[in-house]
Amino acid sequence: MSDIVRRDPRAEWIARNRLHPLHAAMQTQQSNWMGPGGVIRKNVHAVGFIGPNGIKRIDRSGAQHGTTTVSRRSATTEVQLPLHQVADPAFYIAVVPDMVGGRLGSHDRDLLGLARSLAGSEGAVLAIVFGEHKESNFAAAGVDRLLLIDGDEYRGYAPEQLIQGLRAVDHQFAPRHWLLPDSRTGGGEVGRRLGAALGERPATRVWQVKDNQCIGRAGAGQQDLHRDLPRLILASAECAEPVSETRHEALPVELSVPVARSLPRIDDLGPVAVDPAAIAMAESEFIVSGGNGVKDWDLFHRATVALGATEGASRVAVDDGFMPRHRQVGATGTWVTARVYMAVGISGAIQHLQGIGACDKVVAVNMDPGCDMIKRADLSVIGDSTAILQALIEAVENYRKGAQREAA
Amino acid sequence: MNTKVISLVSIGAHPGSGRTRRAEQDARAVELGLQLAGQHLQVVHAGDPREEALRAYLGMGLDHLDVLEQPAGADVLGVLGDYLRDAGAQLVLTGSQAETGEGSGMLPFLLAERLGWPLIVGLAEVESIENGTAQVLQALPRGQRRRLKVRLPLLATVDNAAPKPRQSAFGPARRGVLAARNVMVTQDELLTGAELQPARPRPKRLKVIKAKSGADRMKAATAKASGGGGKVLKEVSPQEGAEAILKLLVEEGVIR
Repeated sequence: MSDIVRRDPRAEWIARNRLHPLHAAMQTQQSNWMGPGGVIRKNVHAVGFIGPNGIKRIDRSGAQHGTTTVSRRSATTEVQLPLHQVADPAFYIAVVPDMVGGRLGSHDRDLLGLARSLAGSEGAVLAIVFGEHKESNFAAAGVDRLLLIDGDEYRGYAPEQLIQGLRAVDHQFAPRHWLLPDSRTGGGEVGRRLGAALGERPATRVWQVKDNQCIGRAGAGQQDLHRDLPRLILASAECAEPVSETRHEALPVELSVPVARSLPRIDDLGPVAVDPAAIAMAESEFIVSGGNGVKDWDLFHRATVALGATEGASRVAVDDGFMPRHRQVGATGTWVTARVYMAVGISGAIQHLQGIGACDKVVAVNMDPGCDMIKRADLSVIGDSTAILQALIEAVENYRKGAQREAA
Repeated sequence: MNTKVISLVSIGAHPGSGRTRRAEQDARAVELGLQLAGQHLQVVHAGDPREEALRAYLGMGLDHLDVLEQPAGADVLGVLGDYLRDAGAQLVLTGSQAETGEGSGMLPFLLAERLGWPLIVGLAEVESIENGTAQVLQALPRGQRRRLKVRLPLLATVDNAAPKPRQSAFGPARRGVLAARNVMVTQDELLTGAELQPARPRPKRLKVIKAKSGADRMKAATAKASGGGGKVLKEVSPQEGAEAILKLLVEEGVIR
């Protein structure tokens, strides 16, 4: 039965017209109500309904309601996608997602979609994730088997140890295909290292896979290379449609033998502080933007320095001369791709919301609880921006002090 | 500095006209090498020694450029590996991927595997080289940098985060010597099973809305971008609000 509400104008007209002969019959009659003394009263005449041949029926099973008490069905029913199960996989398709920020990105989902199409009904998609992750929905992304490889040796930049782990996977599961994202965030490098280690010649920058043939960009993107599908595929973004019509098991699997430790030849000395103002805004990871609601711009600049964020601005702030033009975020300014975007005193004009469409997490600080930015935001704080920025600077300083004390 | 630095260069193609030129990233590798080793930088190309585009590298201030003579479509991995081992290189710089041919970007990885050297991707700056180790800055996406300590000999690829290449001067480009060497030729069998075609424009992804009723499709087509189910903190003190924001920022790992 559909959820569409059907109106009956005749019944409504009768309900309005108290002189109509059917008025009394079509009134909704309460059968149960609380009396003034707190006692439940019952109208026995209103119980039941008139059946199709004019005889009164009383259904005490509770399954059926009378015509007079039609309750509206709840509008929100969660659609449960069909579960795709691979009990005994004939072969594996191994995927190593990038997991930027600990979650599956759109590139990873496209890749899992491609893996799903290669696996068919017999094979299983095996996702290999290194270290900790924050992803909760591997099942909906199309992962049949999930292999978590965790340990101290995978912390930081340890590509050679990663390859040792993938070699162990290759040995145990012997996947029919290896799929990695050809991205700058790790997948491209790991995939090429894996290709060199396994002696497989990869197909790179693949954008289409069809009938055991694949097409990838070659050279500087002026040519396409058509070739047979190799074992190792480095696919670019939008190589296939992500999985959307099935649920998968995402059963955890484990390596039977511990991964050999490689002698590290590359020591990771940790990230280097980069001047956030020097990073191009389009590729900055963390942006704090100010708009019309920011009254104290000195405080705003101090807050961005304390947070270590790149500065952005809405069009109003730029037009009023508080920020330079090249800091404007939005349709007429820069389209940003930040992972975390914090909007201070920006109500969220549609042009601005377009500009932050690619952002992952949005934090809003605003006075107006009904503005569009708050509908978009993952976390919003309603209040005065000056007080909140001040408190935020103090909180960050305390947090840094606490971290130093722990380290000492 | 007495570290032997070698830059590997290839022939590039102009993205618009397709004319041969010095490759963008290889030129950055030469620039970084010149900054490190000055006149002692050794530059190698495997290919045709009569290619005029190679002179653009000479014009950056090099006396000569070694060319390992190879026909088009040859596998240069072996000859380059032998050359680097014989030359006793400590630091080898290459671009990330070629602008012509397959352009898979596999060469530095295969060379590192063959020579057994460590490989660094996206070298931005060499801070110091001492006692057989190099301290370098690696470029990460989103303008970030990471400091690494690597044992020499070392292979490193550079990308657009490396210093911009200097302009090529015409006089030195004419005067420089392209020193050709005769080496063994191995045929690469890739193009026997694959073919290069002019790039087709990729189909744009359509936004398919899976809705049962017309009302739902209309709603999806006209909806504003919304996160949906965001947390809203109303009537909290600024301190509580700031704590909540800080918690999210720390969870996302953007506060360092």
